[in-house]
Formats: sequence, C-alpha cells, structure tokens
Amino acid sequence: MRIPKLLQAVLVLAGVYFGFIVVFDVILDAVIPSSLLVMYMFFVTAGVFMVFTYDEEGTRELVAPIKALVEDPSKRVWRNIVFVIVPLAAGAGTYVQMQPSFEAPLELRTIHPAPPSTAKIYGKRVNLLKLENPFRKLEKEDPEQFRELVEEGAAVYIENCQYCHGDKLDGNGPYAAGLNPTPLNFQDVGTIAQLQESYLFWRIATGGPGLPKEAAPWISSMPVWQNFLKEDEIWKTILFLYDYTGHSPRSWGHE
Amino acid sequence: MNGPRPILKTGLALTILGLGLAVVALVLTGFGQFSAFAAEHAGAAGEAAAAGLYGPAPKLTAADYPAIAGVNGRIVVWIVAQLHLWFAAFVLAVPIFVFIIEVIGMRTRDKRYDDMAYEFIKVSITAYSLTAVLGGFLVFALILFYPHLFTYLSTIFSESMFYYALLFFAESAALYIYYYGWHWLQGGFKKWVHLTLGLVLNAVGTTLMLLANAWLTFMMSPAGVDAAGVFGGDAWAAIHNFLWNPINIHRFVANIAYGGSIVGAYAAFKFLTATGRQERAHYDWMGYNANFIAICALLPLPFAGYYLAAEIYAYSQQMGITLMGGIFAWLFIIQAVLIGTLFLSANYYLWCGMGRSDGAKRYTKYIKYIAIVLVGAFLVWFTPHTLVLTNEELKALGGPHHKILGPLGIMPAKNTAVNVMIIFTAISFMFYRRANKIATVPWVKAGNAIQVALYTAGIANIVFLGIYHGYFTNTVYKVAASIPQVLTTLVVIAGSITLDSFIYRGSKEVGSLQWGRIPERAQYALFLLAVAFTWLMGLMGYIRSGIRQHWHVVDIMRDASPDAFTPTLGYAANVVSVAAIIFMAMVIFVFWIAQVSSNKTLPAGYWKE
Repeated sequence: MRIPKLLQAVLVLAGVYFGFIVVFDVILDAVIPSSLLVMYMFFVTAGVFMVFTYDEEGTRELVAPIKALVEDPSKRVWRNIVFVIVPLAAGAGTYVQMQPSFEAPLELRTIHPAPPSTAKIYGKRVNLLKLENPFRKLEKEDPEQFRELVEEGAAVYIENCQYCHGDKLDGNGPYAAGLNPTPLNFQDVGTIAQLQESYLFWRIATGGPGLPKEAAPWISSMPVWQNFLKEDEIWKTILFLYDYTGHSPRSWGHE
Repeated sequence: MNGPRPILKTGLALTILGLGLAVVALVLTGFGQFSAFAAEHAGAAGEAAAAGLYGPAPKLTAADYPAIAGVNGRIVVWIVAQLHLWFAAFVLAVPIFVFIIEVIGMRTRDKRYDDMAYEFIKVSITAYSLTAVLGGFLVFALILFYPHLFTYLSTIFSESMFYYALLFFAESAALYIYYYGWHWLQGGFKKWVHLTLGLVLNAVGTTLMLLANAWLTFMMSPAGVDAAGVFGGDAWAAIHNFLWNPINIHRFVANIAYGGSIVGAYAAFKFLTATGRQERAHYDWMGYNANFIAICALLPLPFAGYYLAAEIYAYSQQMGITLMGGIFAWLFIIQAVLIGTLFLSANYYLWCGMGRSDGAKRYTKYIKYIAIVLVGAFLVWFTPHTLVLTNEELKALGGPHHKILGPLGIMPAKNTAVNVMIIFTAISFMFYRRANKIATVPWVKAGNAIQVALYTAGIANIVFLGIYHGYFTNTVYKVAASIPQVLTTLVVIAGSITLDSFIYRGSKEVGSLQWGRIPERAQYALFLLAVAFTWLMGLMGYIRSGIRQHWHVVDIMRDASPDAFTPTLGYAANVVSVAAIIFMAMVIFVFWIAQVSSNKTLPAGYWKE
C-alpha cells in the first residue's frame, strides 16, 4: 500500500525529531538543547515541504486530504472533531509555554567577551592589539628553556587554577560544579584555540572585574590574578595552557 | 527629407559619445587631479600637521548633540542611512546586469534580452530618485544630529565629498540618456553608443560607491590621522584605509545579488498580476533571469563576507571578537538563518522551474537527496557557538560545553557547510539546465561518470580541509584553509559546467520550454529571496556599524551622545525590521509607478472634439 503524501511528510518529520533525540540524548549521551531542536525542526519542516511541493502533482496529493476534510460533505463529523481539537491543542500549547515556572530565565551568554584595545595591567597601559608573549619566541630559539618555562607555568596552574578549570584543563575542577557559568574548558576547540595570547593575558590578569562594561552584563568569578601572580607567571601559565591542550594561539604569521 | 537625417543622426550620436567621453574625462581627470593632490599632500602631510592646518578630533560631551523636536537622532540616521543604502545598492546593481544583458542581446540579436534590460532599467529609474532624496535626507540628518562628526569627516574627506557631488551629476546624465535614449539609440553604431553610455554609467556608479565606502571604513579603521585624530593631509591614505577594499569587494558582489533579487520580486509581482498567457510567460522568463543573476552573485558572496570578517579580525582582535564571539554573535545566527533561507528559496525556485520542461522527470528523483544535504549543511551553518541551555540541560551536559555541537559552532564547520551548500545549489542548477536536453555524444555515460567523480572528489576535499585544518592545526591554517575550500568549489563548478557543455554539444531538445508553466508558489520564493536579502543587509549593516561600539571613529573620536550604548538585540532587530518594512512599502510604490506610465484612460466627452 502506498502511504499518502501528507502522512509521509508527518512520518518524516516525526522520524527526524525523534532521531535527533535518540542520537543525541541516548546514543551520544549529550542532550540536544531544546532551543536548538526547535530551530532545527523549523528548517527540516521547510525542507520537507519544499520537496513535497515543488511540482503541482505532489502538491495536489499533499493537500488533498486537508482539502477533502474542509470541503467534503461526507467528512463533516471528522471536520468538526478536527476543528475543535486544533484550537484546543494550540491553546494548551500556549498555556504550557506561558505558564510561570521556577526555572531561571535563559541567558544569551557568549564565551568570549570582546577585549578593550588597551588595558591597565600591572600599573602599565598595555596595547592588547600588539601585546605578545615574551617567551613564545623561545619555542624555536631555545626549546630546552621553553620546556622549563612550560613546567613552571604548569606549577603555577596546579597551585592556582586547577581548582576551577580542572587538572585536565577541561573546566571540570573540584569547585567547578559550584559555579554558574562553569569555568571554561580549554580543551574545547572553540576557546583558547581561537584566541591570541594577549587575550588570555588580559582575561587572567584582570579577571571578572576587568570585563568591559560595553559588553555587560558579564558574570565571571575569575579572580584578578595580577593581584596574586607576577607578570612572568601569567605568561608561563599561558604557555602551559597551549602546550598541554595541544592548541596553538591565534596568530597571523605562518611558521 | 532624407538629406538632413543622417547628419542629425550622426550629430546626435557624436553628441552622446562626446558626453560619454566628457563623463569619462571628468572621472579620469578628476581622479588624476585628486591623486596628484593626494600625492602632493602626502609629501606635505607632516608640514600640514605641523602648520596646524588640521585640528585633533573633537572631544565631545552630551551637550554637543542637538536635541531636535524630541526626535531620536540615532534612529533617524540609522533608518535613513539604511534606506539610502538599500536603494543605492539596487540602483548601482541594476545597470551592471542591464549592461551585461544588453551585450547578450547584441551578441545573440535576440530582442527579448534588450526588452528585458529596458524593463529592468525602467524599474530602477524611480528608485534612483529615491536614492538621491534619501541621500540628501541622510546628509541633513547627519549635519543636524551629529554636527561635530560631520564637520570632522568633511574636513578629512573634503575633496572626495566634492567629487562625489560632481559625479552625481555625471551619474544622472548618463542614466537619463541611457534610459530615455534606449529606443532611439538602436541598431548599428547607435547601439554601440548606447552600450558605451551603459559602461560610463557603471563606471561612475561604482566610483560613487567606492568613495562612500571610504568614509564609512575610515570610521572603522581610521588611517591618515595620528592618535589624536589630527589629519596628516594625505587624503588617499584616509581613503585607502585597512577595511576599504574588503568592503568594496563585498558590497560590489552583494549589490548584484541584491539587485537581481529585487527585480526578481518585480517579475514575480508582474507574473502574479498578469492576465494573459504570453504576459505570464514573459515575466516567468524575466523572473528566471533575475534569479539566475541573484544566484550567480550569491555563490561567491559568503567568501567575500568571510574575507571581510577575517580582515576585521586581523585589523583589531577587539572588533573581531565583538563581531563574532561577543554581543553581535547572536545576530550572526540570524544572519546564518537568512543566508540559508536564500539558498533554500533559490533552490526551490529552480526545482519548481523544472516543470517548464517535459524532460525534467529524469532528474526530479534526485531533488530529495539535494534537499537532505542542503538542509543538513544549513543546520551546521547556523548552529551557534554558545548554546542557549536551560538549567536542566546545563546540568545534564555538566557545563556549557557540548562535545558534538560545540565543534560545529566555529568557522571551519561553517565554511565546510557553506561550500557544500554552494556545490549542491550548482547541482540543482545543472539538473535544471539538463532537464530539457538529451545528450547525443557517444561518451555520455563516461561523461556523467566524470561529473560524479568530480563532485565526489570536490566534496571529499572540502570536508577533509574543513576537518583536518579546522580542528587539528592552528588558527593561521584554520583561516587559510578556507581558500583551498573555495578554490575547490570554484574548480568543481567551472569543471562541471565545462564538461556539461561538451556532453550536451549538439544535444536534442525534449520539447520547447513552457515558459509560464510554473506554480505560483515559486513566485513567493522570489519574494522571499528579496525580503531575506533586505533584512539580511539591514542586520549585517547594523553589525558592521555597531562593532565600533561607543566610537564615532574607532579609538579616535568618541561618541558622547546619550545613544552611544550598544542596543539590545531585540531593539536593534526591531529598528532594522521597521526600516525593512518601510523599504518594502517604497519598493511596492516603485513597482507600481513603473507600470503606471503604460496605463491609459480614455476620458469620453472630456476634451473638445
């Protein structure tokens, strides 16, 4: 038996919807955010209807049951049932959506707040557009000394940073669960791998209070590390962050 | 009777040619003088500064921004500038493709092309007046609401603003002679004169755009001034600032796509209101051509946009992050959705258009697979870098990082997705072109196998480059990998078109193409294309301007007005949407007025017999 087109469309959409849930939530154990699922389904629906309606024949077949339901006198009972159910379902959906809840409102937080072009760090005005890690050049010039600096950076990290950012640099330290938003995961390709070292220096040195007011509201419990660490220690820690994760800092020149 | 006519003809032709050459001369000598002036002043730049000819950028307070009749100056400037830009984009683009269509008409001697080109330029005439009116309104709004900024900019760009005004005369002269002389300058030498006028019109129009681009890019990446904003006297340095060329390229290509989409909407409007079969066929053909122009310009557009964004990032890490990682990142998600919508509607229009041919059935079975890939790539294209998570989802994931969707949020995934979307749009187009043809060459099977191999290898290369360079190398290679991806796409498309031209050499036609045999739904796809383009340009224009944040001229002249804040996303989207609705209303007026001239009323008994 050939499945009617309208039913085919509904089955495809239901299949894709539950497919997303099964693949993400069950198989991959990484839930698909409901906000994203809504967007995905909107465009999957658009795609399905594009395929079903690009020719007259397909369109006629697709809308035939709906047309019959609305126009065919023999379907009066069904029509009345549908005409009652559809508004009720829409009303129920709206009610559920609008119902007050204890859930905190969603936040459109972005991972990287934009840095100012200059910042006052260690009492000096620093141009963040031109600032470079003073130790980076040793990576080629003196690899042995570079390794030592990375080790020193690792020690600074373990003493100060791993409580929140984790000993695997994955943002999952012992205190991480108590923080919202949770500390940044440096292993993620979307974090330090996308940034210049000067950005990390600025974020570490000036912490949460150093975030620019233009980009408010930013919430960050990152301490102002220039009050606790020396300038060299921050640069060495940055070397360690890139070395351990295997990422390279953003730069404009080829090696 | 016949005596004076050739002389008159020749005289007029020579007048026109002379006028055209005068315009060219004006442009060339103007710029010759201008560059001579710039060169001369470049040498004397230090002297000019030392002599105190130019002061530093003013340090303003809220009191320096006049409050006029309780009107919000920022919103007025924002909306008027946006409306001006939409119309300007349209009237700059239309002559470009009208010129090309006229050339096609001249080469093929098919009058339909000439008639279509004329109809396109007719639509742009009213739009041209509106562009000028809105441009004037914008200047007044800037002088009234931002007098110090305007004074500062006009000090630096005095010469280019003066030439801009002069060029506007040249543009008007060229456009009006080009349009009103269309039916007069037909055939032989006259046609060549007309075509030359079209070329002059385009040269002047493009120069106007380049000049205006210099002013706005100066505000983003100032050059030719010192840290205090003191102008060194080198006007060329201020024009040729860091972001000038990236914006020039992006706008030039985008204008063509936009112009194509607007005249496509015009054709759709005419198709839906057409009464006769012939009229429907004509506007269907016109809509197809407009959509073709829009798609051709749309395909390279993501690359031009990516180049611009990469240059913004290279110019300033701060601007780059504000643009794509900070507050504006969410508007980029809307941008991604709208760009995806453009691709989907363009493809849908092609699929619907296959109904014009009886041979299309051979290819329609592949449409569902194209749709699956397009939608799949589209989903990757708009997956945000930072996900909006409920607290429960946050708990379930153990943090904001998503191991599967997170990597899809960064550029390598987006570049891969958009290249795949472009390639599959090219496949849709290839099927459309093949729909009405039957290949007669004996090696057709081998040819098709090569086509499949070409596309497969191309897509594999794009995906490999995206994954390997995007996730396993540093950012230099990550950004650079987009270039071989683009080249792969271009090679695949060019290779496929070339190969198809050989496969279908001497091919048979299934039947004559049934112009007008297209569902009305397809016309709404053309409307959607125009609306999505308009909204997209408004939003992206706001982002481009908004990344200056609280600066009039970045790092040099601070915006001290009460409106210096970066508005919330909803607020910005509302302003842009209101502007887009105003623009659409004006465009409907333009469409209506374009057909009014052909309406005739016979007032029985009104006039004396």
